[in-house]
Amino acid sequence: MAEYQRHEHDVLVIGAGGAGLRAAIESAHSGASVGLICKSLLGKAHTVMAEGGIAAALANVDDRDNWKVHFADTMRGGQYLNNWRMAEIHAKEAPDRVNELEALGAVFDRTADGRILQRNFGGHKYPRLAHVGDRTGLEIIRTLQDHAVHQPIDVHMECTIVSLLKDGNRISGALGYDRERGRFKLFEAKAVVLATGGIGRAFSVTSNSWEYTGDGQALAYNAGAALQDMEFVQFHPTGMVWPPSVRGILVTEGVRGEGGILVNKEGRRFMFDDIPENYRGQTADNEEEGWRYTQGDKNARRPPELLTRDHVARAIMKEVREGRGSPHGGVFLDISWISSKLSNAEEHIKKKLPSMYHQFKQLADIDITKEPMEVGPTTHYVMGGIRVDGDTQMSSVPGLFAAGEVGAGLHGANRLGGNSLSDLVVFGMRAGKYAAEFAARQSSAKVDTQQADAIVRVALEPFDRAGGGEGPYQVEHDLQTMMQALVGIVRREDEMRRALEALKTLKERARKVSVTGNREYNPGWHTALDLQNLLTVSEIVARAALERKESRGGHFRDDFPEKDPSYGKFNIVIRRGANGEMQVTREPIPEMREDLKKIVEENK
Amino acid sequence: MASNQSFAQNIVESGQRAAARSNTSAGTETRAATFRIWRGMGASGQLKDYSTSVSEGMVVLDAIHQIQAEGATDLAVRWNCKAGKCGSCSAEINGMPRLLCMTRLSELDLEKPVTVEPMRAFPPVKDLVTDVSSNFRAKKRIRKFTPRPPDAPDGTWRMAQSDADRVQEFRKCIECFLCQDVCHVLRDHQLHEQFVGPRLLVHAAQLEMHPLDILDRTDELKESHGIGYCNITKCCTKVCPEHITITDNAIIPLKERVVDKHYDPIAKLVRLMRGSKSTDTGQGEAQ
Repeated sequence: MAEYQRHEHDVLVIGAGGAGLRAAIESAHSGASVGLICKSLLGKAHTVMAEGGIAAALANVDDRDNWKVHFADTMRGGQYLNNWRMAEIHAKEAPDRVNELEALGAVFDRTADGRILQRNFGGHKYPRLAHVGDRTGLEIIRTLQDHAVHQPIDVHMECTIVSLLKDGNRISGALGYDRERGRFKLFEAKAVVLATGGIGRAFSVTSNSWEYTGDGQALAYNAGAALQDMEFVQFHPTGMVWPPSVRGILVTEGVRGEGGILVNKEGRRFMFDDIPENYRGQTADNEEEGWRYTQGDKNARRPPELLTRDHVARAIMKEVREGRGSPHGGVFLDISWISSKLSNAEEHIKKKLPSMYHQFKQLADIDITKEPMEVGPTTHYVMGGIRVDGDTQMSSVPGLFAAGEVGAGLHGANRLGGNSLSDLVVFGMRAGKYAAEFAARQSSAKVDTQQADAIVRVALEPFDRAGGGEGPYQVEHDLQTMMQALVGIVRREDEMRRALEALKTLKERARKVSVTGNREYNPGWHTALDLQNLLTVSEIVARAALERKESRGGHFRDDFPEKDPSYGKFNIVIRRGANGEMQVTREPIPEMREDLKKIVEENK
Repeated sequence: MASNQSFAQNIVESGQRAAARSNTSAGTETRAATFRIWRGMGASGQLKDYSTSVSEGMVVLDAIHQIQAEGATDLAVRWNCKAGKCGSCSAEINGMPRLLCMTRLSELDLEKPVTVEPMRAFPPVKDLVTDVSSNFRAKKRIRKFTPRPPDAPDGTWRMAQSDADRVQEFRKCIECFLCQDVCHVLRDHQLHEQFVGPRLLVHAAQLEMHPLDILDRTDELKESHGIGYCNITKCCTKVCPEHITITDNAIIPLKERVVDKHYDPIAKLVRLMRGSKSTDTGQGEAQ
């Protein structure tokens, strides 16, 4: 039997970004003993990268806003594939969760009368995003972190989970290793909350860090939970494109919210060229009106740069593909032009977009107060994930919960900017609450050490082949390049079939990778283990994308470029079959409640 | 429309000029460079040279990753966002505390080997990774945010942007701990348990100056957080990647509060005459 450090918790929360921290705080508040696992150091999770803001219908800036409009905006943005119950809960509870962040110490930007200021963002009808300059995510994660360290929560930093453990049907814990020493840790838990974030590292151009290897999605899948909507990957329209080493780093939508415009190399503001039918009534038809909207004119409609991310990303791709792109394969995003409108434009830009100013100055030698940026799409977010109950966030495996990006349902086919931070706190709170309730009803789960020993043996195999095979980095790199090319922003059946073939070869290669050195803080070994999860989620994305023979939201099929209403009636669900094969099914979306239907109609 | 067209044309021209400039200044031509990287377990180790092909538009973290992929697969380095926002990849580059992800090679002399070492103020773990857990322990010792009762019946507060601005400067901190690394009290004297260090003083400052917070942490700043150890050399301010004016805006005002409370002869006299203990001012209100 392998040696383990053993830990016992009522609730084990895996992942310590906004969702994981909020879940842990709630579970602890409910009286559960809580363990919190961070893949990195506490406070470094991807939530720190969120820039623009957190969406909540506080109606501080425009009193016409309320939860119903937020609900309707979220459903429209998600092209009605959303779990409408989650969209309802989210719109109703987000204001309370934002106010609660203030009660925990968050300092948002203010309105003239001292309330929380809100800004415009793509797809939101009214100014709705509470924000702190362009570092809202940092504010939120730090607020939650600083609160959590004073709660009875055991934090396990730099710890990676390699497998969930089950006792019969129900969850019983998890097995992981600590990065520093490479020792295995055995967690016994009555309930587990997955809050591990996304899958961005499956692609080569991404805003995501090394951590986002689809761990939670793969852990849940391997434990028998169902995943849904995995074909919907959000390519954020504006990532940096130059110089090459910064390609993919995010340029916040806040730039456009503050009046930034997109221009092709011919000097055309191309976003006016193609405004989707369902947004025509809400979109400005001239530049002046668009500008007035960004400056808070309630009678103006939003500029087309603030259409949903899927649409803007494809419009940029089109310009680049048709030869109208900027010198380094993007388009121009310009905020400096507002100097013709505002006398203090330079100061204004630095105050509203401080991290963007520094990011471009330092990494690209561009002064955004004077020059345009070059931007292009970057893999940002996965709308799909673990299929959960809308109220409790429990997955199809009893005792296994999911919240935040790793969960699915709220965003449907496309996520609105700002709806992620609110997702984290609304459903993080719920997952923590219901996981603690679930745990309170359970007797201790039994952890099977034989099960654990087998997992450990497999995890250590890369060392047994030391020097004998190829290293993990090349396989990871080839996987990312392949996924970007064949299952990226524009998809086709033949290419995705090739992707599935390529995945078979990559899996073979991954099974044989070898690593050198010892188990202590060995990134080669960590990459070899993460690679398994990346391969699993890549296959899930490809299979789901093949199944959806239409274009909708984040999923664009070159061979089926139109939206097909018959595909609006179900989610694509993937689970592991009895013989380990990937099962793809279509699960009908439950009929929307009448009162909610009415809200959608009224806000059309 | 004609004026619109020329306006957009200006953007394109300006963008093309910037792009052309960055073809040189962003530096995509490749060349060989040597990185002299600390390799070691715990306290023992040595600098080891790695040669790799780089372009000047790369940052040091890119070079480290490339060296990992080219064979040093077990080279340990912390990193996350690669955009200067998470504060994970702190190290010492040519002896200067920097973020690996925000240090462009174009800023460095590539004719000479580029030295990359772990932060020296913290116990070494492996290669570029150090044990920074003392910072997390120190934060637990600082009493948490405690707001005044809400201002409005709906449970919310009001505050002016100007009041928010003051603490927003401190709340920008990305916890890279470079200020801790360069602080001689921690680096040379290793007083991690006696002195919380500049990062945590910034944390204390944002709490003390928070428009809603009502606790008074002056006593513990003096007694257990060791604010007296800081002798205002301002090294921390110089290395802060977020440009927080740590010494002038955070530490000195806190020191003044401590002095006002504990060393102000008039205040002391008043306290003596009222027969109260030196620790109860402010605290009483907070409870």
